[in-house]
Amino acid sequence: MSVAFDEKVHSTLADANLQLAIYRATGRLIDHRKQAVAATALPDYQELRTQANAIKRHTIEHLDHYLEQFEGNVTAHGGKVIWCQDATEVADFVLGLAKARGAQLIVKSKSMTTEEIDLNERLEHHKLESVETDLGEYILQLAHQRPYHIVAPALHLTRYDVGDLFARTLGVANETVPEKQTLIARAVLRQKFLAADIGITGANFLVADSGAVTIVENEGNARLTTSAPKIHIAVAGIEKVIPRAQDLAVFLKLLGRSATGQALTVYTSFLSGPRRAGEIDGPEEFYVVLLDNGRTRLLADRGKRESLYCIRCGACLNHCPVYRKIGGHSFPWVYSGPIGAIITPQFLGIQREPSLPFASSLCGACAEVCPVKIDIPKVLLDLRAEVKQAEQRSGTNRLERLAFKLWAWVMCHPRIYEMAAMAAAGVAPAGDGKWLRRAPALMNLPPVRAWLSQRDLPPAPAKSFRDLWRKR
Amino acid sequence: MAQRVSIFVTCIVDQLFPQVGLAMAGVLERLGYAVDFPEDQTCCGQPAFNTGYRREACQVARHFLKVFRDSEYVVVPSGSCTSMIAHHFHDLFGGDAEALRDTEALAPRVWEFSKFVLEVAGVEDVGARLEDVVTYHDSCHALREFGIRDGPRRLLANVRGLELREMDAAEECCGFGGTFSVKLPEISGGMVRTKIDSIVRTGAKTVVSVDSSCLMQIQGALARAALPVRTMHLAEVLASR
Amino acid sequence: MSREAILNQVRTALGRSAGEGIAEPPAVRLRVADVDSETRTASMLRAVEALAGKTARAATCEDARAYVAAVLDGKTAVASNAPFLRECGIVDLAGVQPGFTDAAALRAQCATAQVGITSADYALADTGTLVMLASPAEARLISLLPPVHIAVVGKDRVLSGLDELFTILPLPAEQTSSMVLITGPSRTADIEQILVRGVHGPGEIHVVVVG
Repeated sequence: MSVAFDEKVHSTLADANLQLAIYRATGRLIDHRKQAVAATALPDYQELRTQANAIKRHTIEHLDHYLEQFEGNVTAHGGKVIWCQDATEVADFVLGLAKARGAQLIVKSKSMTTEEIDLNERLEHHKLESVETDLGEYILQLAHQRPYHIVAPALHLTRYDVGDLFARTLGVANETVPEKQTLIARAVLRQKFLAADIGITGANFLVADSGAVTIVENEGNARLTTSAPKIHIAVAGIEKVIPRAQDLAVFLKLLGRSATGQALTVYTSFLSGPRRAGEIDGPEEFYVVLLDNGRTRLLADRGKRESLYCIRCGACLNHCPVYRKIGGHSFPWVYSGPIGAIITPQFLGIQREPSLPFASSLCGACAEVCPVKIDIPKVLLDLRAEVKQAEQRSGTNRLERLAFKLWAWVMCHPRIYEMAAMAAAGVAPAGDGKWLRRAPALMNLPPVRAWLSQRDLPPAPAKSFRDLWRKR
Repeated sequence: MAQRVSIFVTCIVDQLFPQVGLAMAGVLERLGYAVDFPEDQTCCGQPAFNTGYRREACQVARHFLKVFRDSEYVVVPSGSCTSMIAHHFHDLFGGDAEALRDTEALAPRVWEFSKFVLEVAGVEDVGARLEDVVTYHDSCHALREFGIRDGPRRLLANVRGLELREMDAAEECCGFGGTFSVKLPEISGGMVRTKIDSIVRTGAKTVVSVDSSCLMQIQGALARAALPVRTMHLAEVLASR
Repeated sequence: MSREAILNQVRTALGRSAGEGIAEPPAVRLRVADVDSETRTASMLRAVEALAGKTARAATCEDARAYVAAVLDGKTAVASNAPFLRECGIVDLAGVQPGFTDAAALRAQCATAQVGITSADYALADTGTLVMLASPAEARLISLLPPVHIAVVGKDRVLSGLDELFTILPLPAEQTSSMVLITGPSRTADIEQILVRGVHGPGEIHVVVVG
């Protein structure tokens, strides 16, 4: 475990207020989802999941075809597709376009993909003003913090935090009523929308047969970002493609319900190109940035390729008992929760945080709620095996490796197993039936100490099952 | 002649909770089965598999296949061990066609205990009696890999003198997760404390589940908090008279 | 070139070659519920109300006009160019500015108007959704900038749900650069999970179904 991870986990667990905030926020989302996918509300839920998985599987397996089809249709409708291999290429494109158009102000709607490539930082480095317009993201931008959760980015902040923040950064009076805080942000951002030269969004889906981007939201900031400025740039990972507009009838039924329990989010935009002749408003230029940034590497791993099916609903975060304890900032990258745990090692390499695949009890709650049926526990297990193979190659963690070799040998030799068990039972205290707060010196190994740090040890029974069975 | 069933008690029951194995055998016998305990059994390999040591897990899995090759039924007092055998053995055997065949042949014959009672023995009332107020913890693998949820509750409902109270978040993981419990103890501890808060709120005197590893985690935390709540495996409840 | 690099990497990862065909995609899954018009309309209005939207059922255009007038109650409004609004006489109401065809003028009006009035191309009964396609008849900003949005829709426009929408409109991109589904008033729960309406989009919506 890295020290950073350790410390962050510890401090999060020790913060009672934060624990409550995380538990309550995720608990609410759990309840809302449950109601929204109940048999009475959505009788086809399981069938839709199967269909969504099948569509994603097919699309990913033929990704080149659908990317080309998407590009052809974007172009046909007057837009342009920009292919970017990494963060630098995206920034270069935006900067280049901004320069060419004399653009200075950018408004942004929520996009994990742009967080992934630190787009705001890069733009600001070149003196462009890029303003987040989703309320939660706006708050985080002012606070210089990363999102805590895919769907509820500021869940770790209280209204008092927000009041202090606005007072400090916007020069307004310290207001602690959420409705009033929202109005403050609304007024500030409205001016930005109307003055902005470029609007940058992400995309929930890229629709190949239409050359369209689909964006879901509740506030209206994505609509404003894509309707007010003259230029709209949508930045999306290449894995966001789906074949047909009609497939949205499957995905839209799953996304809102899985994320927040809403049958549909307040706004769903289906945007294909700049405004057409005769349309009164809308952008004059439309760009879709297709981002690789390592996705083709994930694609190459057949066993873990399904990690790319993710539609970023956040359900896995909400239901993960580990996430609900350690929160979003314990994770080393922008993506947190179970999906973060499986894609971070694949994007950044397992060495970035080798303990990440192990930070799971494999309870399977994530897989149960994933709308596209990603088998997250399976990918975690694959990653664990990879970590151990890497340790073997580099010769690290020798003791554990030896322990498991020995363990396996014992477990394959029943008589040796019995002898080893008897020896261990000889050392282990019987505790006269009571559970043990401490272990004897001979048993004071790291795993035993780790166990005892949190709970008592079971006492060793007088006889093992097999002894008792023989005596029956 | 009585139908023979083999029992795979699991290493944790063998060494730490033998009464669970005895209880399970007792219930099976009362249901009319002849129980045999292949003595060469040790472990299903899950600890190694979950920790990423596939080769070691594979060795142990092979041993398991050998031990139980001729068993018509293998009954297991654990959802996680049953899941290892039924769902993960084939991940271990890669290109080994023979081992895969053996797995395919054996896996359908391996049964988690409550599922065996309900679906093979076809019994919902084993004639048990236990005066107690209990709450039931849904062990993750049993729940999510085998859909074991209503079954144990139906079995408990038929135990005379027993009152079952549902806890909030019965389906939330207890935080054991095998080596997770000792690799990330703080998180594991946080999770089990949330679980015992739920338990305490029910006022139940006993926590029941179908997995001894969950019960070990929960009982360890209850003992640490000095709470007067005990744990019992479903088999022990059903063996009570 | 990045395009070639990325496509090559995709193909290599998948073991595919350029121009290679594809397997059949999973069949399109659209299940259109067979629901009669009255039920659809009632369901639509109920769904909107469940989202804290306001609704009205107008038997005639005059009734619709009266309802809108009551909501307007002296406020300034901008109306879209939807023929239906003209038919209902709504564009003649006091305080209503209709007929914008210039983007800048429209935006200026929308930025200050207290109410935006539109029709809608379709409505979805099961979710209480308005479907708005950008066109010469409907601009984007009218249902977005003013804090109140009133949509006046003919009963025949109410569909059963998304499945029916995508059945009759399989390729929205052929019609418009922008199709927006509007389901209730703008909202957020970003601060302490407390629900606040009217963040950027309208915080108050009215749906009038005519017929």
